[in-house]
Amino acid sequence: MRSFRRLVYPYIVWGSIFILIPMFMIVFYAFISEGNGVMTVSFTFDNFLRFFEDSIFIEVLLRSLKIAIVTTIICIIVGYPVAYIIARAKPNSQSIAVLLITLPMWINMLVRTYAWRGILLESGLSPEVKVYIGMVYNFLPFMILQIYTSLSKMNKDYLIAATDLGCNARQAFLKVTLPLSVPGIISGITLVFLPAVSSFFIPKLLGGGSFVLIGNLIENYFLTAGDWNFGAAISLIMTIVILISMFITKKFDHEKEAENA
Amino acid sequence: MRKYLPKLYLFLIFAFFYLPIIYVIIFSFNDSRSLTNFTGFSFEWYEKMFDNRTMMESIYYSVIIAVLATLVSTIIGTITAIGLSKSRKVVKEFVNQMNNLSMLNPEIVTAIGLMLFFVSLNIETGFMTLLLAHIIFCIPYVILSIMPKLRQLDDNLAEAALDLGCTPWQALYKVIIPQIKPGIFTGALTAFTMSFDDFVISYFVTGPGINNISTYVYSSVRRINPSINALSTIIVLGITIILILANVLPLIAQKRRSKTKRVIE
Repeated sequence: MRSFRRLVYPYIVWGSIFILIPMFMIVFYAFISEGNGVMTVSFTFDNFLRFFEDSIFIEVLLRSLKIAIVTTIICIIVGYPVAYIIARAKPNSQSIAVLLITLPMWINMLVRTYAWRGILLESGLSPEVKVYIGMVYNFLPFMILQIYTSLSKMNKDYLIAATDLGCNARQAFLKVTLPLSVPGIISGITLVFLPAVSSFFIPKLLGGGSFVLIGNLIENYFLTAGDWNFGAAISLIMTIVILISMFITKKFDHEKEAENA
Repeated sequence: MRKYLPKLYLFLIFAFFYLPIIYVIIFSFNDSRSLTNFTGFSFEWYEKMFDNRTMMESIYYSVIIAVLATLVSTIIGTITAIGLSKSRKVVKEFVNQMNNLSMLNPEIVTAIGLMLFFVSLNIETGFMTLLLAHIIFCIPYVILSIMPKLRQLDDNLAEAALDLGCTPWQALYKVIIPQIKPGIFTGALTAFTMSFDDFVISYFVTGPGINNISTYVYSSVRRINPSINALSTIIVLGITIILILANVLPLIAQKRRSKTKRVIE
């Protein structure tokens, strides 16, 4: 049986080459100045200074954060009741509802976003509102499914106990159901916030050329301007911002847990 | 009224989810270029679609890449998962962290990482880099789908096979693989949909002239092209048929099974 251990070795080599080295290369490119050959590398912080010294870049970063945070909040507010209603339905209706939610997700995201472009073409809405619609449309199903999963796993006896102990329906929801569904909300946040903050085709397709988010910056510096060093620095900054946000969310989750215990 | 409120709310949300899909289907039959006014019924955009070589090629590439990436990533993923289940903790932890890095990274970061990697090594981007990138990002999902099944596996069964004279390979092939089949199947399905739907990574690692459906839609979006509606309608139709079959066939099989059971009894 132990001989099977060896089966994992090829993938360790594979992953080191195709997962770790590319990540390392982003860091490497971010810290060297443009046009360096491998032989004549000089390290520099210029790419980062350039980003933080220009208010336009900071503005784009803050806008991306704002869009992602608001999208996540809308998804929670709109998605929670959906998950709650489905979780309380009959088992058969539950599986049909889940199927109906997953079905559109099988159709290419680009294709669905392209459709919204047509619908919103003459709506007169601002680019920002259009981008919100596109983001919520694409990411809401993830939030609903995550919350639904945590709600449907919940032991219903807790609710009966809460009612027996004198809670009314509202109190039972606030003190039992909601806290127990927090893990679902947290994983929903990860699945919505992360792609929302780095998205670049939704703003491009729905916001028109003028609405730039950090993903569009990265795309432009890599594919249009060809300034890979600066592009790599921007993506590194974005990754760090995402890591900090995820850390804060996780911390919130633990505090909740500590409170409940 | 209170009783119907939840139903109404669900209906509105589902309407929101299906609105663009219905919209695309309707406008694929429009007889003008307009995306806002339905002026009359025609098959014009379907004819244009079948005449459009780049568009047809993009469908071909999406399918062929998804099939090949699924095949390769399922094989590598299965082998790795089996090895991983018998590995020491350190190795397990390392591979899991590596896979998490691949799955949790924003797609655009993975995409530019691979692009920098290919270009720095002077590998010409095109079909092969596209396929390789898809295999790379699919494997972690395959491993993730198979690991739970391996954890449930009874170690004694493989040991018994070895005691009864199987070589390790026979034990793998005759005992372990059949038991983790559902996991392998889920993994393959995930890999296929991930690959077929991918845009961001494909967009950065593909070369000139090689487009999948996503990159084609993105590149032709600057001008209005109603053939994309026709293409989308066909994708919607195809996926609906597959999903219906996937959900109905097991039911039919189950019915037939219970029927034969009743006959035997």
